[in-house]
Amino acid sequence: MTRTTIEVTINGVRYRHEVEPRLLLVHYIRDVVGLTGTHIGCETSLCGACTVLLNGAAVKSCTLFAVQADGAEITTIEGLGEEGRLHPIQEGFWMKHGLQCGYCTPGMILAAYQLLQRYPDPTEAQIRHGIEGNLCRCTGYQHIVEAVRYAAEKLRSQKA
Amino acid sequence: MAKKFVGERVPRVEDQRLITGRSQYVDDIVRPRMVYAAIVRSIYAHARLKEINVEAARRAPGVIAVFTGEDVREAIGPVPVASQLPDLKIPRHPVLAVEKVRYVGEPVAVVVAEDRYQARDAVDLIEVEYEPLEAVVDPERAIAEGAPILHEEFGTNVAFVWQLSGGDIERAFREAEVVVSQRMVNQRVIPVAMEPRGVVAEYHPGEGQLTVWTSTQIPHLLRTQLAAMLGLAENRVRVIAPEVGGGFGSKLNVYAEEALVGYLAMRLGRPVKWIETRRENFLSTIHGRGQIAEVEAAVKRDGTVLGLRYKIIQDVGAYHQLLTPAIPTLTGLMATGPYKIPNLHVQVIGAFTNKMATDAYRGAGRPEATYMLERMMDRIARELGLDPAEVRMRNFPQPDEFPFPTASGLAYDSGNYPQALRRALELVGYEQLRQEQQVLRQQGRYLGIGISTYVEICAIGPSPALPFGGWESATVRVEPTGKVTVLSGASPHGQGQETSFAQIVADELGVGLSDVRVIHGDTAIVQYGIGTFGSRATAVGGTAVYGAVQKVKEKATRLAAHLLGEENVANVAFEAGQFFVKDRPERRLTFQDVALAAYLAKSLPPGMEPGLEASYFFEPSNFTFPFGAHIAVVEVDPETGDVHFRRYVAVDDCGRVINPMLVDGQVHGGIVQALGQALLEEAVYDENGQLLTGELTDYAIPKATDVPWLETDRTETPSPVNPLGVKGVGEAGTIAATPAIVNAVVDALAPLGIRHLDMPLRPEKIWRAIRGA
Repeated sequence: MTRTTIEVTINGVRYRHEVEPRLLLVHYIRDVVGLTGTHIGCETSLCGACTVLLNGAAVKSCTLFAVQADGAEITTIEGLGEEGRLHPIQEGFWMKHGLQCGYCTPGMILAAYQLLQRYPDPTEAQIRHGIEGNLCRCTGYQHIVEAVRYAAEKLRSQKA
Repeated sequence: MAKKFVGERVPRVEDQRLITGRSQYVDDIVRPRMVYAAIVRSIYAHARLKEINVEAARRAPGVIAVFTGEDVREAIGPVPVASQLPDLKIPRHPVLAVEKVRYVGEPVAVVVAEDRYQARDAVDLIEVEYEPLEAVVDPERAIAEGAPILHEEFGTNVAFVWQLSGGDIERAFREAEVVVSQRMVNQRVIPVAMEPRGVVAEYHPGEGQLTVWTSTQIPHLLRTQLAAMLGLAENRVRVIAPEVGGGFGSKLNVYAEEALVGYLAMRLGRPVKWIETRRENFLSTIHGRGQIAEVEAAVKRDGTVLGLRYKIIQDVGAYHQLLTPAIPTLTGLMATGPYKIPNLHVQVIGAFTNKMATDAYRGAGRPEATYMLERMMDRIARELGLDPAEVRMRNFPQPDEFPFPTASGLAYDSGNYPQALRRALELVGYEQLRQEQQVLRQQGRYLGIGISTYVEICAIGPSPALPFGGWESATVRVEPTGKVTVLSGASPHGQGQETSFAQIVADELGVGLSDVRVIHGDTAIVQYGIGTFGSRATAVGGTAVYGAVQKVKEKATRLAAHLLGEENVANVAFEAGQFFVKDRPERRLTFQDVALAAYLAKSLPPGMEPGLEASYFFEPSNFTFPFGAHIAVVEVDPETGDVHFRRYVAVDDCGRVINPMLVDGQVHGGIVQALGQALLEEAVYDENGQLLTGELTDYAIPKATDVPWLETDRTETPSPVNPLGVKGVGEAGTIAATPAIVNAVVDALAPLGIRHLDMPLRPEKIWRAIRGA
C-alpha cells in the first residue's frame, strides 16, 4: 500500500512518519508514536475514550486518519500534566474521585478541557452537556461533574 | 488505636498513573516480535458449518497463520463451566466452533498477521459455508414443544430445572386473603465495560512458561483453568491482569479467546495480541439478566405477605460460561428480600437459546430478585389501597431479630431496615410529595414516587457455597526499611482497593499511606487468590489484609519486647508506630527499627524466624447482607413519554465504611447502571438471532445528561461476619435502583390504570401505554 509522509506535533514534540493512508489517528498516536494514554473504546466515535486536542479542539482520534492530522498540533493526556505537576483538571479528577477504572478518563479530561475553555464557570447542565459525548460506565458521572467544577474554580483563581 | 485513615475521604493512591495516561491496559502492552490475531465469527445464529475456505486469507499480505475449529479441537480443551446444579446439561463448548454454530458472534476461525490491519483484512477473505438452521431466540419458545434444538445430544433446550422451597407455600396461598400476581420480564442487558476484552500471550520455550496478560477479574482462577485447557502445568502459566478498564462481572469468566491466544503464542513462537472490537464485545462477551417470571404473592388485607411463588425462565444463551447456571440461584436465594416472608417456592428453568451466554453482570441474580419483589410490593399496595412505604414497613423484620433466618435458608447477618427506609422518606420529604402528587394529578401532571427497599447478598462467600473457594488471601510484607508491601488475592479494577487496603494497613501499623503499596493481579507475584466480584474485595479481601497485618503486628511486638529487654510481651504497647514498655515509655522503638532488626537478625528471640511478613487466608463464616432504601421521584411527560427525574435519594447501609468517597462512587455508578436497565438498555435479537443492538449507536448506555443529581446518605450497621464490620457496596446501587425508577414511573401513571410496564421504559413505550390507557 502506498504510504504518505506526515508531520505532526504531539505534546510539543515534532514527529515525522510514513504512514498508510488508512491508518487511524488513534493508532498512529498509540502504535507508531507509542503514547498509549489515549484509549480506544469503540472505533466509531461514540464513546469518546480516544478524545485528544487537535489544534486546540477536542476530537475523537478514532474517526480521523493520521494523514488528516498532517501539520497539526495535538495534545494527548500525557501532554497535559504529570505527577507533581498536574493540570487542575487532572487534580480535580483525583481529589473528587472522578474516575474508577480510568479507561474513559484521558478522553474525559480532554473533553473537560475544551468545555472549560468555552465555559470558565460552567453550570451543572453545561458540564453534563460538555461531556455528553464521552461515556463512563463506572462513576455515574456525578464525581466527574464535581471534578470539573473543582478544576473550574482552580483555573479561575489562577487567572485572578 | 486511633484511626487516621479508615473512615476518611482519602483520595486514591492509584489515580496518578490513570489521570496522566501512564497506566498500562492490555492493549498498551507491546512485546518484541508481537503479532496480531483477529477472529472470524459466525454470522448465523444456528447453522451447520460446511466448509471453511482459508486459502485466500493464508496468502494475504502479512498473514502468518489461520486456524479453524477442526485445527485446534484436540489441542485446546473446552470453555469451562464451574457451577454445579443437579442434572445440569453441560454442552461441549469449543474455543472455535466445530460442526455447528449456535449464536451470532461464535468464534469460527482465527487469523494471525504481522499487524492488526492485516489481520482484520484477512478475516474478510475467509469464506465460511453455512447451512442455516432455524434459530430459537425466545426462551419460552425454546423450551416449548417442537422448538429447534441447539444441542442434539440432550434432545431438549432445557439446560436445568432448579427449585427452592421454604415454609409451606400451599398453606400460605390457602390462607391468603388476596392473591396478587404479575408477569415480569427482566430484559437481557449488555455490560459494556469501557475497555473491551483483550489478551496478550507470550511463550518462553526455555522456561516452558506461558505468560498471559488479560483483562480479567480473576487472574488465579483463570490460570488454573487455562493450564487445564492448554495441558500445561499450572506453575508454568502466569496470568497478569494489568490495568483493567471495568468489568461489572463481564470479566469474571474464562473466555475462549484467552485460551486461544495462549495456544497461538505457543504454536507460533511469537507473542500474540488480540483486542476485542466493540462490536465483538456486544456479540461475544457475556450478557446479563434475561429472566421471564410469573410471580404470585399470598397476602393479607393489612399488607402482610404470607408467601411468594416464582416461576422463572432464565435465558441461558447457547452455551454456559463460567457461572451461567448459578446466577438465577442467587435470584432464588434473595427472593424474600428484606421482608419476613415465611413461605417461598422458586422454580427456575434454564433455556438454551441461539444467543450469547448470560452470566454475572453487576448484581448477578440479585437485581432480578429485588426488581420482582419491589415491583410486587408496589402492586400489593395498589391492590390493597395501602401506601407502599407502609406495606414495606409492615413486613420488615425488626433489628432485634438478627441474625434473621429466611425462607430461602439464609441467615441475614445484621440490619435495621425500618431505619433506612425512614431516613430515605425523611430526606425526600415523602408526606409532602404525596400531597403534591395529588395536586398535580388534578392538573393533569404525572408525578411518581418509587420506593425500593433492598437487601443483597455480598462478600461472596463462604467456600461451601461456591464452586471454587470463597475465601480471600493477603500477604503483608514489611521490607527492611519499614515500607509495607501488600499482596492481595483480590483483583480490583476500578474499585479502589489499592487505597482502601492501604488505609487499613497504615492505621494498623501507624505508618503513612504512601508507605504502603498494594500489589494485585499477577499470579507470579501474588499468592493464590479468588478475585474481585460479588462485592467481596473489601469484606473478604480486606479482612484477609487485616488478618495478615495482625500476624505481622504480633511478631513485631514480640521482637520489640525482646529488643526492649521486656520478658512479658503483654507489657509492650504499640501506639502511633512506636513500641514501648508500658511502665517505661521513655525508651521507644519505631516500627522501622523493628522491621530492620527483623532482617538484620542480630538478636532474635529464641525460635523466631528472621523477616517480617505474614499471609492470611480469610474464610468468612457467612455472607454479608447490605441493605438500604432508594426513592426515585419522576415526572412523566404525557405528550412525549419522557421521564424527568426530580429527585433521587439513596440510603445505603454497607456496614462500616473504610472510605466514604469510594463508597459514594460505587453507589453512583451502580445506580446509573440500574437507570440504564430501567429506562434505556435492552439487548434486542431479531427472530433469526441477529443482535440488533450490537453497537453503541443502537444500545444506549446512560450519558451524563441522562442522569439526575444523586443524593446519597448512609446508615451504618456493622457486620458481625468480619472484624472490620464491612459488608460490601459494589452492587448495591444496581440492585436497588432499577425497581425504584420503574416503581416511580408506574406510580406516575397510576391514575391511568397502568399497573405494570416491562423495562426498558423508553419514551415510546410509555407514550403508547398512555395512549392505550
